[in-house]
Amino acid sequence: MGLPKGFALVFKQKGRKRRVTGLYPNEKREKPARLHGRHVLNRYEDGMEKCIGCELCAGVCPAKCIYVRGADNPPDAPVSPGERYGFVYEINYLRCIHCDLCVEACPTEAITETKLFEFSFTNRDDAIYTKQELVVDDDGRAQRLPWEHWLGTEDDDTSAWMRATAPGGRADYEGKVGWSGELGFGVRNPEQGQSDAEVADDETVITPPTTSTAPPMYGKKRR
Amino acid sequence: MSAIFATDPLLSGKIDLTVVLIVIGKTLVVFGLLMVAVMFYVWFMRKVIADMQNRIGPSTAGPFGILQTAADGLKLFFKEQSVPSSADRRIFFLAPYLAILPAFLAFSIIPLGGVVSIAGHKTFVQLADLPIGVLFLLAMSGIGLYGVMLAGWSSGSKYPLLGAVRASAQLLSYEAAFGLAIVGVLIHSGTLSTRGIVAQQAWRNVGSIFREWYWLPAIIAFLIFLVAALAETNHPPFDLVEAEQELVGGFHTEYTGMRFAMFFLAEFMNVITMSAIAVTLFLGGPSGPSIGALASTHWVNVWVMPIFWFMFKLLLLLYGTVWIRATLPRLRYDQLMNLGWKFLIEVSFLWVMWSALVRVGRDEGWNTFATGLGAGVGAVAVYGLLYLCIPKRGELLEEIK
Repeated sequence: MGLPKGFALVFKQKGRKRRVTGLYPNEKREKPARLHGRHVLNRYEDGMEKCIGCELCAGVCPAKCIYVRGADNPPDAPVSPGERYGFVYEINYLRCIHCDLCVEACPTEAITETKLFEFSFTNRDDAIYTKQELVVDDDGRAQRLPWEHWLGTEDDDTSAWMRATAPGGRADYEGKVGWSGELGFGVRNPEQGQSDAEVADDETVITPPTTSTAPPMYGKKRR
Repeated sequence: MSAIFATDPLLSGKIDLTVVLIVIGKTLVVFGLLMVAVMFYVWFMRKVIADMQNRIGPSTAGPFGILQTAADGLKLFFKEQSVPSSADRRIFFLAPYLAILPAFLAFSIIPLGGVVSIAGHKTFVQLADLPIGVLFLLAMSGIGLYGVMLAGWSSGSKYPLLGAVRASAQLLSYEAAFGLAIVGVLIHSGTLSTRGIVAQQAWRNVGSIFREWYWLPAIIAFLIFLVAALAETNHPPFDLVEAEQELVGGFHTEYTGMRFAMFFLAEFMNVITMSAIAVTLFLGGPSGPSIGALASTHWVNVWVMPIFWFMFKLLLLLYGTVWIRATLPRLRYDQLMNLGWKFLIEVSFLWVMWSALVRVGRDEGWNTFATGLGAGVGAVAVYGLLYLCIPKRGELLEEIK
C-alpha cells in the first residue's frame, strides 16, 4: 500500500523555501535575454534615426500589424542618414504576435525588441504605438510609458536576438560584431554563441550579461 | 409540544418575546458563523494545498490573501447570469437553493458548545436540538442531492446531465454505508439527539478520549464514516460529479454568477458540516478539558472552552480533508462503485451486527471477550463468503463473452 507514503510525501513539501510561483507583481522572474517584447525604433550614435522607411518590416509581418510610410528627408533637417526616412511608423499591439520577423527583415537594425511585455490599454487607440512612442529617447533607451511596467535594467539589451544572427545563417558565426552603433550604447558587445567562449579569435569578444542556465526560481527578492 | 421539536431548555418553558429574539439571534449567529467558516476554509484550503505543492497561493487580497474568497464572491455577485435556452427555467433557478439550504440546515443540529444562559434563559449553544437529530441529518444530505441532480437535469445540456447521473449513483451507493456508520454510533449512544450523543462523550479525564469518545469504540464505523462523508460531499478523491477532464464542470457547467457561487458555497458548507458531524458523533463534540484554575461556572469555562475544543477538533478534521484533496487523485468510476458496494456497505453492516451483539452480550451479562471474539470470527467468515460470491475483475467479462 503506497497510500501512507503518498500522504507523507505531500506533507513533507510543506514549508519548503523554494517555490515555483512568486508574488507576481512584486517579485518577477529574470527574463531570458532574447525575449520578444515591445519594439523600439533605434537611432545612430549621432541621434539620427535608423529607419529608412523601406516597409520591409510591414511586408514581412504575418499579423499585418505594422504600418509604415516613408518620405524624403528634408534637406535642411534630415531625420535619417540617406535619402528616405520613416515618416509614419505604427504598430498595433492588439495584433502583434512578437514573432520578431520585422527585426530580422530590417536592413538597418532600426527596429528591435525590448524585454517588456507587461503593458495594457483601456481602448483600441492606445494599443497603436506611433513613432512618438517607439523611437528611443535621447539616452538611447526605450521610453518608459506610464501604462507599461518596466523592471530594473531590462531595456539594456534591446537587440540581443538580432546580434546573434549570422548573415548566412552559419552556426560558427559567433562573437563578431555585425551591426552599427546605437545612440547611448555605441557598438554593442556581440552575443555569446552556443559554442564555448574561447573559440572566438576577435578581441571584441566579451561575455555578455548571461543569465544562469538553471531555470530561475523564486527565493531572492528582485524589484 | 415543544419537546417534539427540541429538547432545548429554552423552549420548554413559556415562549415569550425574549425567547423568540434569542432563537432569531442564534440563527443569525450560526448562519454568519457558517458563512465565515466557509470563507476561511476556502482560503485555508487554497493556502495549505499551495504549500503542499510548492506554490504560494492567494497572497494579495488582505493579509496573507485571507479576503480572497470574499473578493471572489463579490466578483461572482456582479457577474452576468446566463440561462441556457434549452434549460427548464423554473427548476434551473430553484436548484442552487436546494443545494445550499440543506447544507445550512444540517449544520443547525450541531452542538457548538455547552449549556449557557442568555438573559436569564438557559439554552444550548446549538441552533436546534432535535430528538431525531441524526435522522434529520440523513434527510438533509438526501435533499442536498436534489440540488445537484436537478441542476444537472434542468440545464438542458449533456455534461451537466452526466454529472447529475453520476451524483445520484454515487450518493445512493454511499448513503447506505454512511447511514450504517452512523448506526455504529447510535448502538452505543441509544439516542438520536446530537446533544444526547455529545453528553455521553463528556470529558472526565484524558482517558475519556479513548473510553467515552466513540471514535475508538466504533473505530471501523469512524473510518467508514470518514470515507463515506467524503463521497457524500463530492470531495476529492470522489469528485466524479464535477470531473473537469471529463465533464467540463459537471452539474454546474451551465451556471454562472451568483448561482454558481451558491453551488460552491453549498459544497464547502457540506464539507464543514460533515466534519462537524464527525466531531459530534465520534470525537466528543465540544467536550474537552476546562481550565482547572477557574471555577466551573466561570464564563471562560462555560462559553469559551467548549467552543474552543469544538473548533479545534473541526479544524483538525478540515486539515485532514485538505490533505486528502492535495494527495489523492480522483477514483475511476468502477473503483468508486467497487469501494462503495463491495467493501464499505458489507463491512459497515457487519460492524453494526458485531457491535450490536457485543452490546446485547454486555446487557445480558455474557462473557464480553467470548462474544466479541465469536462475533468477530463470524463477521470475518461472512465477509469472506461474500467476497467469494462477489464477481472479480474480468469474471463478468468472460461470462459475457
